[in-house]
Amino acid sequence: MKFRKLLFSAATLISVLLLSGCGYNMVVFEPQGPVARSIMELINWSLIWMALVVVVVFGLFGYIVWKYREKPENKDYEPPEEHGSMVLEVIWTAIPILIVIALTIPTVKTLYALEDVPPGYENVKPITIHVTSADWKWIFSYPEQGIETVNYVNIPEDTPIDFKLTSASTMQSFWVPALGGQKYTMGKMETQLYLVADHPGSYFGRNTNFNGRGYAGMEFEVQAQTREDFDQWIKDVKETAPKLTERKYEELLEPTHLGRMTFSNTHLEWVDHADPDSPSYTNPELYRYHGYQGRVFEEEDNYRNKTNDDKNLHEHHVEGDGNGGEHSGH
Amino acid sequence: MGIKWNEILITGDPLILGSQIAILLTMIGIVGGITYLKKWKWLWTEWLTTVDHKKIGIMYIISAVLMFFRGGMDGILMRVQTSRPEMEFLNAQHYNEIFTTHGVIMILFMAMPFLIGFMNLVIPLQIGARDVAFPQLNALSFWLFFCGAMLFNLSFVVGGSPDAGWTSYFPLAGKEFSPGIGNNYYAVALQISGIGTLMTGINFIVTILKMRTKGMTLMRMPMFSWTTFITSIIIVASFPILTVALALMTFDRLYGTHFFTLSGGGLDMLWANLFWLWGHPEVYIVALPAFGIFSEVIATFSRKTLYGYKSMVFSIVGIAILSMVVWVHHFYTMGAGPGVNSIFSITTMMIAVPTGVKMFNWLFTMRKGRIKMTTAMLWALAFVPCFVIGGVTGVMLGMGAADYQYHNTLFLVAHFHYVLIPAVVFAVFAGTYYWWPKMFGHMLNEKIGKWHFWLFVIGFNMTFMPMFFLGLDGAVRRSYTYSVESGYAPLFFVSFIGSIILALGFAAFCYNIYWSVRYADRNIPSDPWDARTLEWATASPVQHYNFAKLPEVKSMDAFWYMKKNNEGLTLKKEELEEIHMPSNSGLPFIMCVVFGISGFFLVFEWHIAAAVAAVGIFAGLIIRSFDYNDGFHVHKEEIEQTESAWRNGEGEVNRYVGKR
Amino acid sequence: MSANVNTSLPLEYQTEQSRMNILGFWIFLGAEIVLFATLFGVYGVLYERYAGGPTHQDIIMMREVMIQTILLLTSSFTCGLAIFEMRRNNLKGLITWLIITLLLGVGFLFMEVNEFLHYIHEGATMQTSAFLSSFFVLLGTHGLHVTVGIGWAILIIIQLLQRGLTPVTARKTFIIGLYWHFLDVVWIFIFTFVYLKGMVA
Repeated sequence: MKFRKLLFSAATLISVLLLSGCGYNMVVFEPQGPVARSIMELINWSLIWMALVVVVVFGLFGYIVWKYREKPENKDYEPPEEHGSMVLEVIWTAIPILIVIALTIPTVKTLYALEDVPPGYENVKPITIHVTSADWKWIFSYPEQGIETVNYVNIPEDTPIDFKLTSASTMQSFWVPALGGQKYTMGKMETQLYLVADHPGSYFGRNTNFNGRGYAGMEFEVQAQTREDFDQWIKDVKETAPKLTERKYEELLEPTHLGRMTFSNTHLEWVDHADPDSPSYTNPELYRYHGYQGRVFEEEDNYRNKTNDDKNLHEHHVEGDGNGGEHSGH
Repeated sequence: MGIKWNEILITGDPLILGSQIAILLTMIGIVGGITYLKKWKWLWTEWLTTVDHKKIGIMYIISAVLMFFRGGMDGILMRVQTSRPEMEFLNAQHYNEIFTTHGVIMILFMAMPFLIGFMNLVIPLQIGARDVAFPQLNALSFWLFFCGAMLFNLSFVVGGSPDAGWTSYFPLAGKEFSPGIGNNYYAVALQISGIGTLMTGINFIVTILKMRTKGMTLMRMPMFSWTTFITSIIIVASFPILTVALALMTFDRLYGTHFFTLSGGGLDMLWANLFWLWGHPEVYIVALPAFGIFSEVIATFSRKTLYGYKSMVFSIVGIAILSMVVWVHHFYTMGAGPGVNSIFSITTMMIAVPTGVKMFNWLFTMRKGRIKMTTAMLWALAFVPCFVIGGVTGVMLGMGAADYQYHNTLFLVAHFHYVLIPAVVFAVFAGTYYWWPKMFGHMLNEKIGKWHFWLFVIGFNMTFMPMFFLGLDGAVRRSYTYSVESGYAPLFFVSFIGSIILALGFAAFCYNIYWSVRYADRNIPSDPWDARTLEWATASPVQHYNFAKLPEVKSMDAFWYMKKNNEGLTLKKEELEEIHMPSNSGLPFIMCVVFGISGFFLVFEWHIAAAVAAVGIFAGLIIRSFDYNDGFHVHKEEIEQTESAWRNGEGEVNRYVGKR
Repeated sequence: MSANVNTSLPLEYQTEQSRMNILGFWIFLGAEIVLFATLFGVYGVLYERYAGGPTHQDIIMMREVMIQTILLLTSSFTCGLAIFEMRRNNLKGLITWLIITLLLGVGFLFMEVNEFLHYIHEGATMQTSAFLSSFFVLLGTHGLHVTVGIGWAILIIIQLLQRGLTPVTARKTFIIGLYWHFLDVVWIFIFTFVYLKGMVA
């Protein structure tokens, strides 16, 4: 029976090694740009050491359990008294420390490297793209080009993209696994991420931080293009795409799933959600689902309080429709 | 009062309707059964009012098994929903509620009470004491936990479940994005049971510091006592953080403050920090006692003393300290900067060092031993390889830069299930098989136990191993569905089959309990495993005063050497003295009810009603303050009778394993 | 359990159960320290997030706060005197000083409630900004502790009057003394890090 267990463990181990190293095509192991590639190299480095640990411990475990298991012929064997061994204990403290050091050095190096333009691209002028996540869509603004897209983002190949991340609603996470690691988007603050695609292609991106009912579908596409195609696309958009109005934008931020959209201006003209003093674009009444509804509080910095001419004001007014505990606690 | 009666009960979902009917029928069944058997008085005097640590321990364990069932059902539903792409078994909202309650219930209402149950059951016995330091407080702790658990479970049929994940990240969990009261349940129910846990921590620190029997120095304590001691310290150091975080959450949701909100200058990152400042130590609150159980089981069934005892103690202290300084690794991706992420990467990976020391010590305890393959030992053995996989993937996740690619994916989900299930779940199963005779005076069936073991271990690996690969392929956690084109379908299906096998394993466990309660041999000796620690030096089940005469300890593995040198096993009539024991009290149970009512009103934001009910809490405290009941004395005759009944007339502690 | 009586120790330490209760209470105070440390941490993170609302300088009434501080510090001193009288086995002195302590505590509480009402009147409520949320919750938690302490001490005084000084009542009195001093220490931190720092900043 022990043997079956051993076999099972060994099979598990082998499958870990096989599947992680090669075989099954996993997006993290098929990087399409220098950022993702540097992370993959770090992961592979760690896999070597971890495989070593697994082999040693599994081997020792299998050997000990097999050799010292109770058998009919050793029923009378009384195990010796042992209290430990200084030498052994020092060894199995020291070796893990060495392994941790071996992992720490490249980890720290990579952590710092990821904050900068990837090596080899320092001389290429980066393109800035503002990413605003909302429930449940991704909004990409190109301030230099003056265009805005929803749920897809086109980038030129071999150009560092300086993504400025923020959120118009909950905390979300921006991830394009083929190009690099993820980072959170948070309202009223800005995080930053450099990504580069080193050849044209379509890459899958999504939110990884749970944010309610529409979370599963909160995906986008990164389309890496040649420089010429990208420039042509920008030109086309500027000529053909409609303008985004403030009203239209407010509608956009309501909790919905949308397809792709393209606009020939950006919402940064009137609001930057990364600004700590920007208004809150929240619509609690649109989040009512089943169950008992509690009291919702009036927020002074809600966007509706600034647009008095908006006739939606009364329809959408947060309080006053008797939606919860009238007897507040204060 | 403006109560919307029609919204109180959740309607419209056939699954929930089924549960409502099932709950109603179960309650009618329980009440009817107790009435029919005329057991109300028995229930009240023997269980609801008890302050006996062993009975409280058993109540913790029973509640934990029930919660395991509830949390497990949630888990199965999740695996069914994701078994095929674009499945329409559950909708997104329902799925969100289910993974939220799965997480909360499994960690707070299954893992922790299960382990606290064993602490209650075993610690006073292991250190040679007659009860914990504050028996009535101990009962209150249990009832507060129970109250929180019931309140939380009520949510899915009354008012709506919490649906913001077990981490309840803001702003999502705030009123702007979750106006339903589901997340009020989260804040209030966890608060109530958290207070109970904090009291447990204090109780066990004092018990272990002050109530050890003669000769039981700290460095002679069994490893489970040590882990309980360190765990209690972590509880006291971390649970107040949860208390504050939940209180602020309550204020934000109920009174419109701006701690974590998007507006008014609130800071959502603050919640993440506070939550994980508690949450990471919480992982070790459940892991350390589990390590303690494995240490006991491995030493007993290898027939050897624990290898490297001192380094084991130092490593749990080391783990406890490190557990407080790694919380940022739960959100490397928040953009705190490379400096911060580097520091927390290092502290996180450092945890591997003391954990590795423990792993090797366990292996070397078995080396040169005679390993007996009981079901309890099998769990401990399976723990080693499975936990190593959890451990090495933990180191990989701890590497900040690499985590950018693993974060919030199923790789992470697979990792923490590979940590928590082998460590905690295998440990509580090992503990159940090991200490069952101590609790009930009969064994669990070993043959059904083997079925339970193999189904569960194989099912577990099948369920979670595929998730490592799914995660590396970009599949995220908490997503209720995925597309056909993603190509995730085959591995998700393997995972689904695994979860069914896992569930069959749990069913085998339940059947084992049923079978053993009905048919197992009652005529077993008090020390069936030929064990090493003091809890086996008393009767099974344990007499209510634990020890007729408190044992004197001369070395580690006290009972083993008592048996070997034949010292202190007999009891002379002259040695008997009257024993002072605490009286039962109904107050903790009444407090549970009052807390429950007050909490329920607070969840529904009926503030005045909640305040009125809260008066009951203060009334209870006042009654307790004026309670000068000093307990009662057990007479010599009663002790003599009880002792001669189990000591078999020969005054010898019986062995089971050796004689078969 | 109540065995192991040692009459050479002070009254409150004589039985084993009392020694355990006092140790347990010390550990509880340890948990309270973590609780307040967390609240201070929250305040430290949010204290400049005014969200367009009032700042420290706009609202703080330093004179009243000074008086509150003096009241509470004095009450801690009188509480010490009460325990001193208990050690001298002087029940009457003990109760007298305890009542004085409570009156000072009530005075503190009265002024704090007035202070809060003043702030609210000025439009600075818990809902105004993150700064004020953390400000009110930190101070409110302390105030709530003082309130509970007063109620608790009244129960102890009643028990002292009923039963006189016994090992049990002595232990209870000693524990509430520890609690009261703890609240005083917390106040010193509040005074320094909330009020003084707020005025300087």
